[in-house]
Amino acid sequence: MIAIENVHKQFGTLHVLKGVDLSVQKGEVLSMIGGSGSGKSTMLMCINGLEGIQQGRITVDGVEVHAKATDLNKLRRRIGIVFQQWNAFPHLTVLENVTLAPRKVLGKSREEAEAIAIEQLSHVGLKEKLAVFPSRLSGGQQQRMAIARALAMSPDYMLFDEVTSALDPQLVGEVLDTMRMLSKEGMTMIVVTHEMRFAREVSDRVAFFREGRIHEIGSPEQIFENPQKPETAAFLKSI
Amino acid sequence: MDYEFQWRPVLRSLPEMLWGALQTIEIAGLAMMLGTVLAIFLALAKRSGKKYLSLPADMWIETARNTPALFQIYMLYFGLGSLGLQVGSYTALLLGITFNNAGYLAETFRGGFAAVPETQTRAARSLGLGAVQTQWHIVIPQMLRAVFHAMTNQMVWSVLMSSLGVIVGLTTDLTGVTQELNVVTYRTFEYFFVAACLYYLISKAFTLSARVVAWRLFRY
Repeated sequence: MIAIENVHKQFGTLHVLKGVDLSVQKGEVLSMIGGSGSGKSTMLMCINGLEGIQQGRITVDGVEVHAKATDLNKLRRRIGIVFQQWNAFPHLTVLENVTLAPRKVLGKSREEAEAIAIEQLSHVGLKEKLAVFPSRLSGGQQQRMAIARALAMSPDYMLFDEVTSALDPQLVGEVLDTMRMLSKEGMTMIVVTHEMRFAREVSDRVAFFREGRIHEIGSPEQIFENPQKPETAAFLKSI
Repeated sequence: MDYEFQWRPVLRSLPEMLWGALQTIEIAGLAMMLGTVLAIFLALAKRSGKKYLSLPADMWIETARNTPALFQIYMLYFGLGSLGLQVGSYTALLLGITFNNAGYLAETFRGGFAAVPETQTRAARSLGLGAVQTQWHIVIPQMLRAVFHAMTNQMVWSVLMSSLGVIVGLTTDLTGVTQELNVVTYRTFEYFFVAACLYYLISKAFTLSARVVAWRLFRY
């Protein structure tokens, strides 16, 4: 379980998160929607400790993310993250991109790591591209590779930060399909997204972020069909 | 004034000169490798934002880049000697060129590091890789690609700088051997002409092999 309690985050004088409370259960798919600057991506970066917080507490399965004694490298093994800019390692082949962390972080042998990588890459439909460098892949393929790279660590949680925002429209579908598949397999996912249809269809709950807080949270039916707050309705209408 | 060229003595001592050339290659190559490793640390120290790391790095870089290489080698030979640390001429030359290489390369690397997007580090760290692992597996390989051509230039410079060994009495590198033969035969022009040709060939050989290495390494 991921528990977020009263989290505040500031970049200098900019108050980005103003007291977020949220918990995500194992197996749940939670979507975060909201305008840009509403704090949803920042929230995601705080969950795996890529960003620090000024107040509050985030715990992942009881481990406090921002406690001094917490070994973040160890915690991050269990939290996969995929970014908007897919961040392929350009100097490594697709296979090496995926085997690097299992080998260097989990200490798996090359054979073991490759077996896992091939399994994950087949899973996202990139089995034919093992020896290829990322520059030869389309954006959608690079993004699916990034998903396979995170999955190769067998994480308990997957975080997705606007993973389709930088993609050409015709490539969005393949990435969303991959995420749909993951949710069906029971992966716990937190998805920051602008793809409302996807959020509606895949999520167990949807959180609407506004001005650094969760303004409304509920089932997709509630948020999309019967929003309780006028701002939620206004946001959904605007996009 | 008539000077008759006599090439036979040079040709006869060509094997000796080739041995000297081999030592030149050795010194330049070693100084380049050591210099590269040190330069990575210097560049990281400068990027660290910690004064106690960046200040010494700055002093090193500034001295290496803004004083003659000759002075740097002298300082290591006589300076260390006067501190009771006797170093031979070979070591002084090697350290001198290493010092110089490291200073120049550190500046180059600093630019190279800046060329690797911060998001690469984030992606690596979020996979659980530690700070050192991230540098080693992700950042440094990409940085080296960005600066590879500049490194090739430094390599050539390293070869040419090694000729300064003669000022601290080195007699076994190409310049040293040539100078030794010169004082015996007084065939100055012939000897130094051939030596210059050999330097040219060594430099070209390094440039070409660097190209092969780049072609092998940077297929992406």
